[in-house]
Amino acid sequence: MQRLIFAFIAGGLFGSGLFISGMTDTTKVQGWLDVFGDWDPTLAFVMGGAIIPMAIAWLFVPGRKPLVGGDFPTPPKPEIGRDLIIGSTLFGFGWGLAGLCPGPSIASLSYGGIGHWVFVAAMIAGMIVAPSLRVTLDRAVPAE
Amino acid sequence: MMNSIPIDWIWGLIGGLLIGTGGAVYLLANGRIMGASGILGGLVDRSGWHSWKERSVFLLGVFLLPIPLYPMYRAVDTHITSNWLVIIAAGLLVGIGTRFANGCTSGHGVCGISRFSLRGIVATVFYILAGGIAVVIFRHMLGVV
Repeated sequence: MQRLIFAFIAGGLFGSGLFISGMTDTTKVQGWLDVFGDWDPTLAFVMGGAIIPMAIAWLFVPGRKPLVGGDFPTPPKPEIGRDLIIGSTLFGFGWGLAGLCPGPSIASLSYGGIGHWVFVAAMIAGMIVAPSLRVTLDRAVPAE
Repeated sequence: MMNSIPIDWIWGLIGGLLIGTGGAVYLLANGRIMGASGILGGLVDRSGWHSWKERSVFLLGVFLLPIPLYPMYRAVDTHITSNWLVIIAAGLLVGIGTRFANGCTSGHGVCGISRFSLRGIVATVFYILAGGIAVVIFRHMLGVV
């Protein structure tokens, strides 16, 4: 139960932060990416603001256990593989197209209108086909 | 005096601090990485089904908590495009891309960069570059978005 309460608090902070920061406004995100147009630096303030508490949190991780039990996540292997590059590029392209990434697309469902529901549905469809696409890619271009 | 700093930047910073605090709670209390695409993706492809309650409750918080905040914000308009083809293509790309890369702006960006993860930094460079290129092509060259 404790685990669920903390998950709700974390999700709530995330969602309200996305709302307050303006990151669910697609024009602000596209404005950040639009370096050749009317560039909007707001996203850098959001990123910077988010990284501060997160960096402090990481300092408490070594040698400790999470509050509700279990273990902290082990650091991922520091490999920069094919999937990371291809995936980030595809994701970035979609991000620029619509001005939405996964977090804000969910935070804005209650007020963004039908377009946001369609976006989330398409995103979920993409997540469903991703594993089989990876198998296809593995056959064509074997990962190192 | 406040005129020198656009109010949007200040709201951005405050919102960012809330986002990071959410990530800190999820990490220190639950021992999890707060990555939106991973939390949702684990439910979609069932790879994270063992923690479906925790994931669902997190997403419920993301969805619900902006609602009581409507009055404090000057505009709730998200200015999303009305071009359905663009919305669907973008959603598919975001879904496929984040699962391939195993993370998005929150996981690789916020949680990764803050622990100086090379993967997080590289992913962030690539998705920002790709996003910039998408805006150049579809806004300035094709005029679609």
